[in-house]
Amino acid sequence: MSNEFTKLFELIISASLINNFVFTRFLGLCIFFGVSKKMETAVGMSITFTSVMMISAAISWVIFTQVLVPLQITFLEIIVFIGIIAGLVQVSDTIMRKVSPGLYYKLGIYLALISTNCIILAVPLVSAGEKYTFIQSLAFGLGSGLGFALALIIMASIREKIELAEVPAPFKGLPMAFIITGLIALAFTGFSGLITL
Amino acid sequence: MSSNNTNLKELFLNGIVKENTIFKLALSLCPSIAVTNNLKNGIFMGLAVLFVQVMVNLTISMMRKVIHPKVRLPIFMLVISGWVTVTQLMMAAFVPDVYAKVGLYIALIVAFASILARAEMFASKNKILPSMADGLGMGIGFLFALIVISFFRELVGKATLTIPTGLTTTYVWTLMETKPLLIMVLPAGGFFAVGILMAAFNWIDAKYSKKAHSH
Repeated sequence: MSNEFTKLFELIISASLINNFVFTRFLGLCIFFGVSKKMETAVGMSITFTSVMMISAAISWVIFTQVLVPLQITFLEIIVFIGIIAGLVQVSDTIMRKVSPGLYYKLGIYLALISTNCIILAVPLVSAGEKYTFIQSLAFGLGSGLGFALALIIMASIREKIELAEVPAPFKGLPMAFIITGLIALAFTGFSGLITL
Repeated sequence: MSSNNTNLKELFLNGIVKENTIFKLALSLCPSIAVTNNLKNGIFMGLAVLFVQVMVNLTISMMRKVIHPKVRLPIFMLVISGWVTVTQLMMAAFVPDVYAKVGLYIALIVAFASILARAEMFASKNKILPSMADGLGMGIGFLFALIVISFFRELVGKATLTIPTGLTTTYVWTLMETKPLLIMVLPAGGFFAVGILMAAFNWIDAKYSKKAHSH
């Protein structure tokens, strides 16, 4: 039993730090550069992301193993997963608006952005490819979400400072953000080999 | 007829220069870093995106009168993911070695904002021919950006160029035996390369527009 817990813990650590989606798999970069200008939006985005990622990981695991595999139509996984995510976003949008308008007012705009984000789609695709169990895919979703949150918050705090710095004219804005991300990614390579799964 | 032709040409050039997906709009950045550590992967990824973009624009433009505006987004997503699945299966069949490396990113073409944006903004309102020209321009602009990035990264990082001569054959051109700046082919190097190239584009752009003003 304890062995299983260690495995899950390792999975979370590896998904969030070693194989961080932003810095080593390069996914979700559009959103990453888009919303990392301010700390407040970065935090809101991270919360929305992590929760949607876990829920979509759970639902797509059930549909993948209970419907797609028995019917031998796994090649349709992209269409099915994108459908699940779009539906999920729509449902949570409606529920949030009715149940807690305050939260909706704060996080609603991020929800709309999510359906065109590659990380959310990558989580079910990767866990289907790796044949994770239900609990493992949940842990993978949580780890990836935490990793993305960590990346967003680091980046937002650096970018708030860089606003005041003097940057050579052609590097202003995005190019500088890329160079900074490269430096953070270098630091993150230090985590590789921390755990061998 | 001649004005029609110039229009198509303008649409085509718009995607390559003025609204270049990566360097100008900064969209669809994920594969521009993930697959560009060698020229061959960059070229195949670019071709896949080009194919999907043109076919999606063609399909949407053909169906534009049938699609009800209220359900247009789910239908666009369905068309896009259908064409991505086609591309994925074709690449797995014909170029398995490339597919092994870029497979995940091929699947994620579905989530490209640029493809959905072109379908929504252009193909759903225009005739088939202009839509295809628009898709072709956008796709070639993306391919061009990927080739520039991967050319730069492989040359600086490993001093080699992997040039595909057919579907499965490649020719590796070697400048020298040492690896001058290995960091450029490592993951972190991708961010540096795109940052530097973007700055270079901005610099050329600023210089060019200044010249145009002084004339």
